[in-house]
Amino acid sequence: MQPSISQIRFLGKPRIIGLMTFALFLLCTSWQSRAQDTPLLSGGGGFFTNTTGGNTNYQFVIEPLLAAPVGKHFLIESRAYLDESYSPKGDGQSGYSGTGFIALTYLQGSYFLSPHVTVTGGSFLLPFNTYNDRLSPIWISNFQDGPLISSLGTLSTGTGLGGMLAGSAVSKPKYSIDYKAWFSARSGNEQFDTQRSAGARASLYLPEKRLEVGLSYDKQLQGVREHFYGAHAWWEPANTAFRLRSEFARGFHAQGYWIEADYRTQAFGGLNSWIGRFEPLFRIQQSFRRDTIASDGLPLVNTQRADFGLDYNLLHSTRIITSYSRQFASTGDENIWETGIVYRFLFPAWKAR
Amino acid sequence: MKFAAPLLSVLLVLAAATTATGQTKTKQQSPPSKPSPPVHAVNPDRGQQVFKQNCSRCHNAPEGFGPSISGTIAMHMRVRANLSKDDYTALLRFLNP
Repeated sequence: MQPSISQIRFLGKPRIIGLMTFALFLLCTSWQSRAQDTPLLSGGGGFFTNTTGGNTNYQFVIEPLLAAPVGKHFLIESRAYLDESYSPKGDGQSGYSGTGFIALTYLQGSYFLSPHVTVTGGSFLLPFNTYNDRLSPIWISNFQDGPLISSLGTLSTGTGLGGMLAGSAVSKPKYSIDYKAWFSARSGNEQFDTQRSAGARASLYLPEKRLEVGLSYDKQLQGVREHFYGAHAWWEPANTAFRLRSEFARGFHAQGYWIEADYRTQAFGGLNSWIGRFEPLFRIQQSFRRDTIASDGLPLVNTQRADFGLDYNLLHSTRIITSYSRQFASTGDENIWETGIVYRFLFPAWKAR
Repeated sequence: MKFAAPLLSVLLVLAAATTATGQTKTKQQSPPSKPSPPVHAVNPDRGQQVFKQNCSRCHNAPEGFGPSISGTIAMHMRVRANLSKDDYTALLRFLNP
């Protein structure tokens, strides 16, 4: 797991504010929970190792999520990222050096304005393509590392500070269309560091085909005022545990794509048999630099990478994730070995009334 | 710590709003509540479809959560997966029949 995932922002000095925020939200929302609407704490905790070019890094991560309804129409939601990383000191020195940080990933309030419109305000994950707002949590990602292009279109921090309209425009048995459109202000606040930007995503989903295709666009409204274009396609054939996901993204200075497939067999006693819990994975990805100006987080030279993974879904929401990757670039090829174990938790924040 | 004061102010306002919402809700509890739309009765499998087509496309189903948080989970998924109100209601009934 690389700590430089786009949506993570460092709190640095006022770490305690992040913890205070969580604690106070728990208090603030405790008064009127209904029978089904008790605030919940969810998220994941994990231990990861990453060996790149012979250097190994060890990481302990906790990524808690708090969701707290306020009445029937308003939901407060926040996610944080707590990390401790250790790596050998090197240069002949014994022992390990460690770093740690706490980051507030997002903090948003969503109001259900109508059956097809939800208004979100605060700090929210930018819905450019699908990785940032759907797949980035540690208990969801199949691989420890995000795709090479995950920083394209997500404007450095992966979050916006402003407002977003979202919802299901059409929901029919044969197809559905959903949308998200946002505006983000510029903020240099240490906790909510965002860029002025605007963007949108629209997706078409065909339930019978289990196929989703979508387009994303956003524009940075400060500095170089860069445009970003994205497209995604997901396919999960019915009655199988096969999933194919892909994304393409293009900016002024770089572009790239990734395609990921994963599969769990049901042939030997179903998904919960010991064989069915294995989940082989494969991801191919390429990034291309269109010029030498690096305004994004992509590699500085054209890069190709193949990821081979094997995850195992243990009982009690625990998952072992392993992968080997071979990365090819003109600056040098390298092998990347990663292992980890992730536990996903979900429980009420307190006892329901 | 220069952001602590505004942050606390926001949280205090939120707490006040939350309390006010709770009081309003208490007042509104006296008349009989309207029955929910009969989504589940029309199509009992709809909630399961919504779950399969939205939630489990990204993640495995969490194991063994209690009914006390089923509404919160459904609201969370309404936000995350852009569910319409009907799909949200169907999902809620699937999670807490």
